[in-house]
Amino acid sequence: MSVTVEHITKSFGDVRALRDISFSIPEGELFGLIGPDGAGKTTLFRILVTLLLADEGQATVAGYDVKKAYRKIRELMGYMAGRFSLYHDLSVRENLEFYATVFGTTIRENYDFVKDIYSHIEPYEDRLAGRLSGGMKQKLALSCALIHRPKVLILDEPTTGVDAVSRKEFWDMLKKIQREGITVLVSTPYMDEAALCDRVGLIQKGNLLAVSDPSELELSNGTKVFRFGTSGRPYDYLQRIRNLDAQVDAWLFGDEIHVFTGAGVDCGELDRTVQSWDVPDLEWGEATPSVEDYFMQKMREEPE
Amino acid sequence: MRVLITLLRKEFLQIFRNRMMLPIIFVVPVIQMVVLVYAASLEMKNIEMVVVDDSHSDASWRLISHFEGSAYFQVKGSLLSFIKAEDMLLSDGADVILHFPADFEEQLINTGATDLQLAVNAINATEAGLINAYCNQVINDYNQQIRSEWFGMDATGRMAQMEISTAYWYNPLLDYKIYMLSGILVIVVTLIGMFLTALNLVREKELGTAEQMNVTPMKKFHFILAKLLPFLLIGLFELTLGLLIGRLLFDLPIRGSLFLLFGMATAFLVVALGIGLLLSTISNTQQQMMFVAFFFFITFILMSGVFTPAESMPEWARKINLVNPLAYFMKAIRMILLKGSSFHDVAREFYSLLVYGTLVLSLAIFNYRKTS
Repeated sequence: MSVTVEHITKSFGDVRALRDISFSIPEGELFGLIGPDGAGKTTLFRILVTLLLADEGQATVAGYDVKKAYRKIRELMGYMAGRFSLYHDLSVRENLEFYATVFGTTIRENYDFVKDIYSHIEPYEDRLAGRLSGGMKQKLALSCALIHRPKVLILDEPTTGVDAVSRKEFWDMLKKIQREGITVLVSTPYMDEAALCDRVGLIQKGNLLAVSDPSELELSNGTKVFRFGTSGRPYDYLQRIRNLDAQVDAWLFGDEIHVFTGAGVDCGELDRTVQSWDVPDLEWGEATPSVEDYFMQKMREEPE
Repeated sequence: MRVLITLLRKEFLQIFRNRMMLPIIFVVPVIQMVVLVYAASLEMKNIEMVVVDDSHSDASWRLISHFEGSAYFQVKGSLLSFIKAEDMLLSDGADVILHFPADFEEQLINTGATDLQLAVNAINATEAGLINAYCNQVINDYNQQIRSEWFGMDATGRMAQMEISTAYWYNPLLDYKIYMLSGILVIVVTLIGMFLTALNLVREKELGTAEQMNVTPMKKFHFILAKLLPFLLIGLFELTLGLLIGRLLFDLPIRGSLFLLFGMATAFLVVALGIGLLLSTISNTQQQMMFVAFFFFITFILMSGVFTPAESMPEWARKINLVNPLAYFMKAIRMILLKGSSFHDVAREFYSLLVYGTLVLSLAIFNYRKTS
């Protein structure tokens, strides 16, 4: 196991940031920690990267205990914080060189390792890091985090605030890094990025809700999800669907409606009812629950 | 070692790439040395005097002309009533009233002694003391003169009297500039040492790079050392620049050993840098840091004896000065520069600073470790 987390608990005063979190990540996996802002993602990462001590529980990274062998971990791990920690007044090249030396290596030694990513920004080597665009800063930060060939790469919300094209590009890079045999642990508030991970951990209000392959998520209590699409105004139908049955709930997801049905709902009847409405260009059918559906259901189950 | 060199190179690159840095390093000391020395003058010129002469006598006119002849006084004319003169004092139109009573000359001739009133505006006590002293000097001169004229003695006076002749050691001409210069040198060195270091580390905290450094295998000791050394060098450079300005522009004496002076400055800078680092470990933003640093800076400077002798402060203030690094350095720099004191004379200051520096630095490093 490349990363193990056992019963990690952490409180800040009265706020319980993490409650009894346990999971493990095998070597070479791309693991996504997904949850809304304030779910505890950053706190968990700060414990794993040896910046914070947990109140209870144990964790290991690259086989070493985060508390006892933190020095060893710092050599074997690459960490990219949410805000890219680059020196704005140093050039691209100087930043990379600096991080290489700090990790006791040189650019030349590991150039081929970061080449794929670094070659994108190499033409701007002499530019100050502060003058790079967001996407380029991200690539430089990633190069700096990889220059010492870490065994585990931990990235805290690397795609927050980055445009859609750069996000896509970034995930491609993560896949490549994973193929080099590096374990990648990444957190994100974007639910749609879940599908790009081998496995995801869903975290909310300090609780780990599930750890699963993103395509095999199962909703609890036999809940099913139907998609309702129309070329008309979906909002007009939202209340109508909700009024059908106490156990039927509906939410807007972009321009379509996701309908959640409890265990006691007769799906056949629901089907007929919806089909009988005069809906322009109706698209209707059962769907595999997405990460978003999963969070939606959890939020309904435990209201504030 | 390679890491330390890289860290140092990075710091210097950042310092000299900062567009504000070169002006701060070169312009601040020049302005402080040149402008402050003239501005913080303890010399009084153009004391505005208004005269109320009720005696209208030969004796009073002669004393007034003595004042008129003095470079320090500007006699703004005579008034008939003391009340009017008081108004002038109130409206800041005069610094001092010289009042002759109606029987000024009569008394002088008949009894050999007479009265004279001086009313000094004492809003600024130091200024008032100086005005009083200057006035007394003029009046004494006049006194000597009439003694010799009226009683037939020559001006040097063979009359039985004690004559005090004063020699001002270490500053024979009582040139206040030399005193101020040495004080301002201390301010310049402290300003650069304490503030720049603190700002530097807090900025890394704000940017998040300090945290990023913490997850690398780099030793924190190296990180801190790389923050200290550049500013120590810049601090010593400022001292050199200040001494040069003092020497060239104000003929500042450098009587003691330069080696000793720089040794003392190094010990002092370790304390100042240590305080800067400590402040930056307890603050999270540059604003917080600046506010706290400013508080300490102003307090330390005013207590250090830059304008007023620290020895004449009340007992409790002198106790506080035990933890004021500026007080030690202020005393030592003046002793070395003006008196030519040897190491033996300033050993107490040197060792105090050394102990102080070790304590503050350890605390700063310890605190930095704890918070991260």
